[in-house]
Amino acid sequence: IICCPPPLQMQFMLLFSRQGKLRLQKWYVPLSDKEKKKITRELVQTVLARKPKMCSFLEWRDLKIVYKRYASLYFCCAIEDQDNELITLEIIHRYVELLDKYFGSVCELDIIFNFEKAYFILDEFLLGGEAQETSKKNVLKAIEQADLLQEVRLGGGDLHGI
Amino acid sequence: MALKMVKGSIDRIFDKNLQDLVRGVRSHREDEAKYISSCIDEIKQELKQDNIAVKANAVCKLTYLQMLGYDISWAAFNIVEVMSSSKFTYKRIGYLAASQCFHDGTDVIMLTTNQIRKDLSSPNQYDTGVALTGLSCFVTPDLARDLANDIMTLMSHTKPYIRKKAVLIMYKVFLKYPESLRPAFPRLKEKLDDPDPGVQSAAVNVICELARRNPRNYLSLAPLFFKLMTSSTNNWVLIKIIKLFGALTPLEPRLGKKLIEPLTNLIHSTSAMSLLYECVNTVIADCCVCVKTDTCPRPPQLCVQKLRILIEDSDQNLKYLGLLAMSKILKTHPKSVQSHKDLVLQCLDDKDESIRLRALDLLYGMVSKKNLMEIVKKLMVHVDKAEGTTYRDELLTKIIDICSQSNYQYITNFEWYISILVELTRLEGTRHGHLIASQMLDVAVRVKAIRGFAVVQMATLLDNTTLLAGSGQHKSICEVLYAAAWICGEFSEHLEDPVHTLEAMLRPKVATLPGHIQAIYIQNAAKLFAAVLNGQQGTPDCQTMQESSQLLIDRLPLFVQSADLEVQERASCILQLVKFIQKLQHKEVEVGEEVTALFAGELNPVAPKAQKKVPVPDGLDLDAWINEPPSESESEDEKPVAVFAEEELRHARPHHTEVDEKELARRREARKQEQANNPFYIKASPTSQKGYQDSTGVEHIPVVQIDLSVPLKVPGGWMSTSDKYLKLEEERRQRERKERGKKEKKKKKKREKRSGMGRRHDSGPESEEDIAPAHMVDIVTEEMPENALSSDDDEKDPNDPYRALDVCDIQGNLQNGSQVVVSIIFENKSTSFLKSMEFNVLDSLNSKLQRPEGSGPHDGLTVPFQLPPGVSNEARFIFSVQSIVMPQRLKGTLTFIVKADDSSTHEKLDFKLHFTCSSYLITTPCYSDTFAKLLESADLKGTSVRLQEVSLPFHHLLAKICFHHHFSVVERIDSCASLYSRSIQGHHVCLLVKYAHQTVTIDAKCDESSLLGNVLEEIKKTFSQS
Repeated sequence: IICCPPPLQMQFMLLFSRQGKLRLQKWYVPLSDKEKKKITRELVQTVLARKPKMCSFLEWRDLKIVYKRYASLYFCCAIEDQDNELITLEIIHRYVELLDKYFGSVCELDIIFNFEKAYFILDEFLLGGEAQETSKKNVLKAIEQADLLQEVRLGGGDLHGI
Repeated sequence: MALKMVKGSIDRIFDKNLQDLVRGVRSHREDEAKYISSCIDEIKQELKQDNIAVKANAVCKLTYLQMLGYDISWAAFNIVEVMSSSKFTYKRIGYLAASQCFHDGTDVIMLTTNQIRKDLSSPNQYDTGVALTGLSCFVTPDLARDLANDIMTLMSHTKPYIRKKAVLIMYKVFLKYPESLRPAFPRLKEKLDDPDPGVQSAAVNVICELARRNPRNYLSLAPLFFKLMTSSTNNWVLIKIIKLFGALTPLEPRLGKKLIEPLTNLIHSTSAMSLLYECVNTVIADCCVCVKTDTCPRPPQLCVQKLRILIEDSDQNLKYLGLLAMSKILKTHPKSVQSHKDLVLQCLDDKDESIRLRALDLLYGMVSKKNLMEIVKKLMVHVDKAEGTTYRDELLTKIIDICSQSNYQYITNFEWYISILVELTRLEGTRHGHLIASQMLDVAVRVKAIRGFAVVQMATLLDNTTLLAGSGQHKSICEVLYAAAWICGEFSEHLEDPVHTLEAMLRPKVATLPGHIQAIYIQNAAKLFAAVLNGQQGTPDCQTMQESSQLLIDRLPLFVQSADLEVQERASCILQLVKFIQKLQHKEVEVGEEVTALFAGELNPVAPKAQKKVPVPDGLDLDAWINEPPSESESEDEKPVAVFAEEELRHARPHHTEVDEKELARRREARKQEQANNPFYIKASPTSQKGYQDSTGVEHIPVVQIDLSVPLKVPGGWMSTSDKYLKLEEERRQRERKERGKKEKKKKKKREKRSGMGRRHDSGPESEEDIAPAHMVDIVTEEMPENALSSDDDEKDPNDPYRALDVCDIQGNLQNGSQVVVSIIFENKSTSFLKSMEFNVLDSLNSKLQRPEGSGPHDGLTVPFQLPPGVSNEARFIFSVQSIVMPQRLKGTLTFIVKADDSSTHEKLDFKLHFTCSSYLITTPCYSDTFAKLLESADLKGTSVRLQEVSLPFHHLLAKICFHHHFSVVERIDSCASLYSRSIQGHHVCLLVKYAHQTVTIDAKCDESSLLGNVLEEIKKTFSQS
């Protein structure tokens, strides 16, 4: 019955800084490391070259890129032609809200030093490129409970002491 | 608060924890690589220890390094170890690392099956959750097969947290292991009614995605989703459902009608822009379907109104999307968009370039006879204001595109268009001089009525020294002088003061122009000279004639010294001719007519294919000699007119004394073609006898000095000439309207058409058809011989009664590197009804037709429609293709039943499907910097090809390559352009196309050399056919 691969809601999500440093990457399509690196490099360049007043969408290869800048971080998603740009912006925003709630006014350093947490939150929010939970409260509840299970923190670094 | 509890836990004294690593990396910015390699050595030591906590810490650090771009695949086994830890803390780290770096090729994945199964059935829901999340990233076909049952069971887990994840991951499992879809689908469908909204929306997501890929199987779910759509309040779920209906409506047009009410309600009521946008897009897509089947119930007026609100919004994003959607409506309902042109024009002022470009795209489709002048006027204002040459050049090409589209369909006043072109020559530093020049030539040659006006304008251009002066820096714009000189020479009978123009053409400064333009100057100076001689003939005062001859004799020697061969040759040839004429003049011999005869002959635009279309009359043997073979030198001299063209030929090919007859015939044919296509192959100007004129010495001619110290600011009436046409046009239309109104009152039935128009005018704005051209210009479309065959039937057998398979458009599938979608238009050209059509193709090893499950490998596919006489319809077939580097030909048959009044017969039609390599390419835009990088990379292999005797304008040539071979232009500079395309399997194909002297050189690079070879071969073919 199935004859071609999926038009996924989201192909990948990248977080990078104004200086072009990658802070988080999540790929929902299987690609080799080489391709991932190439795509990342190209996209970071393209997005950083855009002027601040420009709209959040651009066409890139056969994909649509939706990006938004929050403070010093760019959140950048790739979606397919049929997909809804605005809902993708909403998803980005929702993720930022989740990070904000979890870390308490999140900043770039929170994500640098607790990058695994940022991934855990993202994984509770999106699964396979689809939004799995629309309620912010539920996502945070799941993360907190999983954290409770984590009886020992690795290395014991201070989260808020940065 | 959870964090705080974690924070209190024991500090372990490792060599380095994650935070230390991050800090270390940040403090070693200069020697990051060195620092990290020392860290990796430490990590390797840590991984050797037995303590799982140490290992987990090491893996966590590795995950961070992976993000920085370092390879960690060597640690895959350690990751599996950490995944298998019984402690959630470590398990979580392990699964995260796996989901970031495992892929189909990671061999240790095989070892994880049992561990994952154990985690899936763990009593702890977070263990299960973490395993599901990880699995969603690295599920392989093997894992999908082995774990499908476990995950299916989890869809009925007691906890919604697990159900939700299980449902979503099922989609991934279906993709990797399609056999699981059938048994799992009933349960998936049940989840649409799950009490938990999260699980419900997950099920909607999965089914929608499945249905988007294969809508037919999900049509039966439409009522269920319809219910959900009217009851759900979750916007994200609604968007998914609407998207699903968007996929279903093409299959079931009745759905479209049913949907319109709930969609309209949503459009009216929702405050969420994303939902509104989705609804509008779906309605637009529905309309496209309706238009195809001629049942469109509603103009998308509501959509246009809503889009207007989006475009008016201050949010750049909404503006952009509004314009994007507007251009989709434009394709089906141009009228409803045209009324919003004010808005689109406003967007040209936007500070965001991507919005401006979108608006420009829209404008192209929005012009009509009525608004063309106004729109172009606005664009001209923007040209003046535009910052940066790139955007200004974009505007310039758009203006020309807009005006010249569909054979100048929307231009009612060509004087206006010529003025616009002249105004555009004022652009400093534009790269599109060529384009402007070719437009000037095209219009002047094809619109006879405009020649007089055009010549006067061109004469002024020639007079204008700034274009000459600029020739050094801005090479491109002086190309317009090429057109100007040619038009003045060719249509010299319209010149007000030919002597003055002649002088302008021979100014010493002309020698600074590029060679090919100088050559045209000299050639046309000769034509002008002939016209002057002819004009003065029969008059007692021959001073003007003698002065002109002297002028040529004085000025031409400069060009005889030119380094450009063409210029030198023409100049010396004409110089000798003039010297001879001067001698004759001294003897008071009348030479005007003889000189004019050099340039005699009418120039008519001829369609490029015209010659091919003329059937050879019976009894005519093209290879046989009509007369005895003449001596070689005479055989080339068919027409005295062609003197100069012939000279070129002779230089191009050394003369052979022994040429066989075929070769001669071929050459003659080639020459005819060339002459037909060459606008510069010309007739002489029919001259009118003029009376005596006061002799005007060259020195007395006032030279108009144009002050261009401020770029684009032009003195006096000459720049804003195009505006006056706009005004004139409005006045004229108003007048016409009034007259029409009067006529209407007087005699209602005077002419059916007229009164009809009048009525329409009374009730609303005038419609497109009402606008009569200002002066009757006859646009000579390409001339075709009377008995030519219609061009559509080019390669078809006209005797075939039931002609089907009209157009066969083969397109690679974007989503799959091995799939190709073939759209075939079936057209019934017979007078009988055709039904039960079955389409079948003989599969090859490489290419196979995709048949539905359960059918045999040789079964045909039923074409899902019937064809009444004269009707055509399109069907799509999917082929899977293994290798795309070679072209393919597949044989196939179409069987069908022909139903006549009394009987029906079964008929068969054989055909061939040609899969060219170009059909595997997908037009993919590419930025020039990315393109440059691609070219630099060593993976691409290069080759090149040369096409001779291509007489297309360069932009046509590019358009042809782009259209037929799916390339996109990366950058174009003069007659050189870079193009890019990508194959469905991801090969990059880069072209560099150069055009000079009717020869096209294509340098090409691609990571697959045989694919490249074949694509080039196909491009070659495209041009040899035309």
